[in-house]
Amino acid sequence: MAFTPKKQAFTAKINAVTLGTGDKSIVIGGENVLPFYTFDAPIENKPKIAVEISDKGLAGIVSPGLLAFYAGCETVVDMAKKAETMEGASAICLHFESADPNGDNTSVADCVALAKAVADAVTMPILVMGCKNIEKDAELFSAISDALQGRNILVLSAREENYKTVGASAGLAYNQKVGAESAVDINLAKQLNVLLSQLEYLSSTLDRVKAAALAQNDAQLQMPIVTPISPETWGVKESMSPEEESPEWGPLDERGIEMEVCTASACLVGGSEMVIMRHPAAVATIAKFIDSLM
Amino acid sequence: MALKGLDIFKLTPKKNCKECGSPTCMAFSMKVASGAVPIEKCPYMSADALATLSEATAPLMKTITVGAGATEHKLGGETVLFRHEKTLVNRNLYAVTLCSCMSADEIDAKIEEIKKVDYERIGEREYVEFLYLDYAGNGADAYVALVNKAMAAERALVLNCADADVAKAALDACKAAKPILNGANKGNLDAMNAAATAAGVTLGVTGADISEIYDNIKALEGKGNKNLIIDCTGADAKQTFANAVMVRRGNLKDQDRSLGYPSIVNLAKIAEGDLHMQTALAAAFTLRYGSIIVMENMTYAEALALYGLRQNIFTDPQKPMKVEPGIYALNGADENSVCSLTVDFALTYFLVSGEYERSKCPVNLLITDASGMSVLTAWAAGKFSAGTIKKFFDENDIENKIKSRTLIIPGKVAVMKGEIEAKLPGWNVVVGPMEAVQLVKFIKDYTA
Ligand code: B12
Ligand code: SF4
Repeated sequence: MAFTPKKQAFTAKINAVTLGTGDKSIVIGGENVLPFYTFDAPIENKPKIAVEISDKGLAGIVSPGLLAFYAGCETVVDMAKKAETMEGASAICLHFESADPNGDNTSVADCVALAKAVADAVTMPILVMGCKNIEKDAELFSAISDALQGRNILVLSAREENYKTVGASAGLAYNQKVGAESAVDINLAKQLNVLLSQLEYLSSTLDRVKAAALAQNDAQLQMPIVTPISPETWGVKESMSPEEESPEWGPLDERGIEMEVCTASACLVGGSEMVIMRHPAAVATIAKFIDSLM
Repeated sequence: MALKGLDIFKLTPKKNCKECGSPTCMAFSMKVASGAVPIEKCPYMSADALATLSEATAPLMKTITVGAGATEHKLGGETVLFRHEKTLVNRNLYAVTLCSCMSADEIDAKIEEIKKVDYERIGEREYVEFLYLDYAGNGADAYVALVNKAMAAERALVLNCADADVAKAALDACKAAKPILNGANKGNLDAMNAAATAAGVTLGVTGADISEIYDNIKALEGKGNKNLIIDCTGADAKQTFANAVMVRRGNLKDQDRSLGYPSIVNLAKIAEGDLHMQTALAAAFTLRYGSIIVMENMTYAEALALYGLRQNIFTDPQKPMKVEPGIYALNGADENSVCSLTVDFALTYFLVSGEYERSKCPVNLLITDASGMSVLTAWAAGKFSAGTIKKFFDENDIENKIKSRTLIIPGKVAVMKGEIEAKLPGWNVVVGPMEAVQLVKFIKDYTA
């Protein structure tokens, strides 16, 4: 009695979304099967990796591998150009950490100038990540979306409180893509935030989102999912604790890479169509991982 | 799967003698089907009928026990494909490879390395549970020598050896430890089955593709062996992933009991030499159906990431993860350092302690027993109140252990400030920020 596995392709699909323009534009989503279930039906657009660079440049970066990769870069623009050469990268994610009013409080005008300079220097699609301050992000996203009209960028992310403003300006007026963020809760979840210690919640939520999107044809949950990995994994104790403090843990860079790789892989298998990552070794590994499963 | 009343009725003696307490055999059968009475209530069921019934009502996926004593582990026994459907039962376990091609010194050194990763995380011991012993074709003596060294390491064993004669010799040395014998395939099925059943150990079975794997399982089940584990490792990552998913889904969703065994995925084979890739794949198979995940190494860096992931996936979503209540002295805090209060919900603890650690400011983090609930949930449930906090202070003798009289409370329970001050006279209760991310700035400013 031979075994014929039952296939499980759905009639519903994840929406295909294009980011960027020209040769380097990318498409995420479009599949009608669970992540990497190519044995059920072919997956046309493989998941993509965006490389995160901070508007603070290399300030505060302790990872020797990252410092080596960007050695010689004097400005954030230099870093963006270099990031485009990273093996496995498909997009650049510019993270405006310093815009935070409780931090450096960089002005919107300065942020826009940087975004423009980066956009002029790179050809890959651009993602813009805010500082998590609701009012500042709303202003920032609107101004950058205006300045980068025609580049089809993705801004990350609108939250419940500023969704209307950001959606109206960035999305409607300037025709850019808007990512919606919510706490990890399926009732709100469109684009999810990740934190390793929240993975239990996250992975269940990802599974449920995909199940609802495909099996129950829930149109609200059919947008592709972008998961910022690096801002979270490089902030946990496992990746930050200096070698003197826990010598048995081994090299700091290795810990950070493994944490980034492990979290990205888990999110991709759970259903992220795009992950935002930082370290060249982790990016290369995840690119290879994606290829090996497609 | 659940049998219908009519199916059970066909197995009864149809005497309608009422001894079971039901008026007719049919009525009895309906009750059994609904789970209201056990089948044993009828004294006249034949042994064959009982066997058929227990087979039909047994769980879809078997629970296989391997190892002995301190190295005993349960594998399989899952009832759902996704954690959110109910809960996952037996967490996957990790194995590291050793080979009979290695010198005695190399083996010793690698076992020492493996033993270095052994720590506790939220009440669970995290270490490499299995040694995976590859037979390199260099004779039974070399393999038995490897097995003997591995036995001394106090880990459960997988003998990866497709040569039935060598496997027999190895099992003679270690069968009391209940290892898994892996390597049954189309060519050696009978001999491997004989070796495993004679030694009373679990047999790992594989095949060139999913249908050959299936045929091999059927053949072994035909010989009466249901103490099996399925080696899903294919030619590459893609085939291995497909095998693992199709086996588990064929079992739990499409209800084929012949696929109801735990799995082995050998990443040392499909990603040889690429340790980062092995981590990526290990994470993938932790989510998607690898019962034993075989790797070339398990460094601390890999362990911190993978065991953290596993613990998150294999906790029951209905039972929150908890940390031990108590005083957690962060960043070298002493009796003069400020105190900060929070709950024992693991997620809350990790967020709050993580931010405090990032601030590098010494803080005594006081974790109270809140039944593993978040700050507001516990507050709403009455598990985090001025009363429970007072109780915690008394039980832990905080008054005498700590000289500081500053207590920072979560911003979300600012309303408790007055009540806490009333219960803890002499304490300066300070309302902290709402979210943990704001803690670094807050505590730096506060202690500056
Ligand atoms: C998940 C959840 C549950 C889960 C519990 C899971 C668990 N282990 O706690 C379940 C389903 C069991 C549950 C049950 C209930 N829940 Co509930 N639940 C939530 C939910 C959705 C998320 C909570 C969570 O996990 N937060 C994440 C953790 C990490 O947050 P946290 O502990 O607060 O920690 C943060 C901050 O407080 C801060 N922080 C923590 N410690 C410290 C310390 C200091 C010093 C500082 C400065 C900061 C700080 O840092 C953390 C990160 O920023 C919230 C809604 C929401 N989105 O918040 C409702 C919520 C907390 N629940 C609520 C209620 C009412 C209940 C129930 C009473 C419902 C009911 N009627 O039965 C029950 C009570 C439980 C019981 N009787 O057994 C209400 C509380 C309302 C209120 N303001 O009083 C909420 C706010 C929902 C709502 N809007 O109605 N709940
Ligand atoms: S005891 Fe058995 S045989 Fe008698 S009525 Fe009940 S089911 Fe039928």
